[in-house]
Amino acid sequence: MRIDRKKVEACRKEAKKIALKLKEFIDLHSTTTIERSIVRLFGVDGVDKNGIPLPNVVVDHVKSFGGLARGVSYWLGNASIALNKNPQEIAELIAEKKINLSKLKKNDDEEIKKVIDRWADDAIKRIVKVRKERERLIKKLGEGEKPLLYAIVATGNIYHDIIQAKSAVKNGADIIAVIRSTAQSLLDYVPYGATTEGYGGTYATQENFRIMRKALDEVGEEVGRYIRLVNYASGLCMPEISVMGAFERLDIMLNDSMYGILFRDINMKRTFTDQHFSRIVNAVGGIIINTGEDNYLTTSDAIEHAHTVLTSQFINEQLALLSLLPKKQIGLGHAFEINPDIKNGLLYEIAHALLVREIFKEEPIKYMPPTRFMTGNIFKGHAMDTMFNLVSVLTRQHIHLVGILTEAIHTPFMQDRHISLETAKYVMNNARDLAKEIEFKKNGFIERRANKVLDEAYRLLRKISKVGLMRAIEAGIFANIARPIDGGKGLDGVFVKDQDYYNPFLKKFEKAMKNEI
Amino acid sequence: MKFDLKKIKSYGDCYDGSVQLSFTLPIKCSGKAKEAAKKYVEKMGFKDVMVHYMKDIGENFTFFIVYGKAQHTIDVTKIKVEEAKFKKMDMYKIDDLIKKKIGRKLVVVGACIESDAHSIGIDAIMNMKGFHGNYGLERYKWIKAYNMGAQVPCVELVKKIREVNADIVLVSQVVTQRNIHIKNLTKLVELLEAENLRDKIILICGGPRITHKLALELGYDAGFGPGTVASDVASFFVQKFIEKHEL
Ligand code: B12
Repeated sequence: MRIDRKKVEACRKEAKKIALKLKEFIDLHSTTTIERSIVRLFGVDGVDKNGIPLPNVVVDHVKSFGGLARGVSYWLGNASIALNKNPQEIAELIAEKKINLSKLKKNDDEEIKKVIDRWADDAIKRIVKVRKERERLIKKLGEGEKPLLYAIVATGNIYHDIIQAKSAVKNGADIIAVIRSTAQSLLDYVPYGATTEGYGGTYATQENFRIMRKALDEVGEEVGRYIRLVNYASGLCMPEISVMGAFERLDIMLNDSMYGILFRDINMKRTFTDQHFSRIVNAVGGIIINTGEDNYLTTSDAIEHAHTVLTSQFINEQLALLSLLPKKQIGLGHAFEINPDIKNGLLYEIAHALLVREIFKEEPIKYMPPTRFMTGNIFKGHAMDTMFNLVSVLTRQHIHLVGILTEAIHTPFMQDRHISLETAKYVMNNARDLAKEIEFKKNGFIERRANKVLDEAYRLLRKISKVGLMRAIEAGIFANIARPIDGGKGLDGVFVKDQDYYNPFLKKFEKAMKNEI
Repeated sequence: MKFDLKKIKSYGDCYDGSVQLSFTLPIKCSGKAKEAAKKYVEKMGFKDVMVHYMKDIGENFTFFIVYGKAQHTIDVTKIKVEEAKFKKMDMYKIDDLIKKKIGRKLVVVGACIESDAHSIGIDAIMNMKGFHGNYGLERYKWIKAYNMGAQVPCVELVKKIREVNADIVLVSQVVTQRNIHIKNLTKLVELLEAENLRDKIILICGGPRITHKLALELGYDAGFGPGTVASDVASFFVQKFIEKHEL
């Protein structure tokens, strides 16, 4: 397919402008969850006697005496020198109300920095070790053929999730995503321990990550493929979940820069600041991020608003690059969501899917199945999923989320997933090399459609670039959803950094990335 | 061909009660598993049970596709369905009726409550644009509609009901895993009762897995399921309002 390459470059340029402008805002701010993620990086884990996670205890404590603007690291570093204790011990003392960090003797700033930097180096070593372990296992076990088949489990109970996940792997899944429980994104803390009661999904906890990781490693050995594990670094605890994922060897994280704003009504200042640090952690962890453009098409029309998906992908890409992510870790999302009643809908789908592949060649694109127009008619739904499978293999997508025939009814049963995987494998095997045989007609419907979407995306990017991303979202540019700049949840967790604010990871992660690649 | 409505059964290509089933049993795929599936369906009351497909889906689970012949019949003449009772009208007729009988705008507040983030259903009922070519309540001249969107805590909704003096309250629930919708809908009713608001409003819920019967059980005035359009709901609440206030 021929697309206007100059226009693609022009789009990238506009998107970069938009991202850089936003970065100016981000650089001045930090948030409570970023500070908590730093506490986690320093190795603090566990809960107090009321079940409140220690990272929250520490950050709330520092906030209570107005010390947050300096960064939580400073206070922990100072306490460590004053008390000769490590971060975990300090956190426990705070939980027991035995110390007040503001009342301790203030030590020399340089000495404090040295302590903090040492903790930061340890954290980075820990993350890099996990990353190396992933690389080793992939080399040893190999991986599935692209498009990689991505299946979700969502029983609410981590132990049932394991049964479902292992079965899915045996039926051909390469990637397992554990869907999070309803509304976890609105919790301003990360639940703790193994959990067995979620709604529409299972809580993302570090222990659940560990349990599922182990199960997938086992079944991976059995089937002779490395099985990737996915969770969601979204909501009010984005960076903390990324840290947990980096520690427990998650491989992919849903980590969109705007999803929380649009679909969970989380404040945009909060989300933009959080996503940046969260993505840096994923960058270092070697974790692929997935963006959430597919969701736009659940609330706005897939043909009329196709260009908003592309626009958002350009912006997500530039923001991700600013967060140190290499292209091979930027898994942009899109979806097969055109109304099935539309004549030639398939041609539109092919045009859109191919366009994304053509523009983002190095990125591991994630392709989402039909959801919105799935109904209780599971048989027709299965036919729609089959069309989706065909387009996916035809346009050489990278990560393929298998559609489930019972999408409109419940979170998938084991048998639903089995049928979906079996059909996806059938279609992909049957049409494996179709892409090599096909050239699209010059200036035909598909080519013209793709260029039209590109053109519209360019115009929208120009518009956004003029007013800035925050104002654009306020005006409802994506997904037909408008969110006010100071509205939504979590704004109270955003603060302006002091001049002497210190987060050791900002510089150190950058260095680690340079060494890594 | 005539079928006796007092004794109907399922129809395939002849009138024999054929039913298709698919399910998974937690046993290893084997001859024994096949027999177990057959027995299982027979115990449901089916005869001539055939296990047509059996597949090992891993972790000692087996998937089956089974056909059998149901032995029961149903007397359709005795069935009563609880559906909201109202005369279907279109937007113009509804507006007209409000104008004539009520003489002021009806105030409607809508929300998808608590943890549920699905706004599309309530939007379909309330937004100007509507759904399936049927305009939403915001377009009605004689309705003042407030759409609070999704993830609205019950307390916020109650606050709004007071603030705008709502006549009608529309509540959406989409996520139903572990009956979370029942918990949420019950919570709202209890709160409204505690606040002495329940009797002052017409309270309606809806969503893909909501039935009128369930709504009544939970203390709502009506429930609407998939495919509902704004004029259905509006027809209902206008007529109900007139009846309730004896206008
Ligand atoms: C779009 C969508 C989303 C979007 C929602 C965007 C938005 N702003 O609404 C996003 C991506 C955000 C989303 C998220 C999730 N979703 Co969702 N989602 C869907 C999807 C694909 C379509 C739903 C839809 O919009 N239908 C179209 C509307 C118009 O139909 P409707 O809601 O039924 O409304 C009609 C009627 O029911 C009625 N009605 C509805 N409300 C009311 C109210 C009143 C008063 C009246 C009168 C009538 C009425 O009128 C409407 C018009 O006819 C469905 C699958 C499907 N195809 O159904 C899953 C689905 C509903 N989601 C599901 C789940 C589990 C989730 C998540 C919990 C997943 C997760 N773990 O993160 C999260 C929700 C998080 C949360 N806090 O709620 C499950 C629910 C399973 C269950 N039975 O509990 C489904 C069925 C998918 C699945 N198989 O797993 N989702």
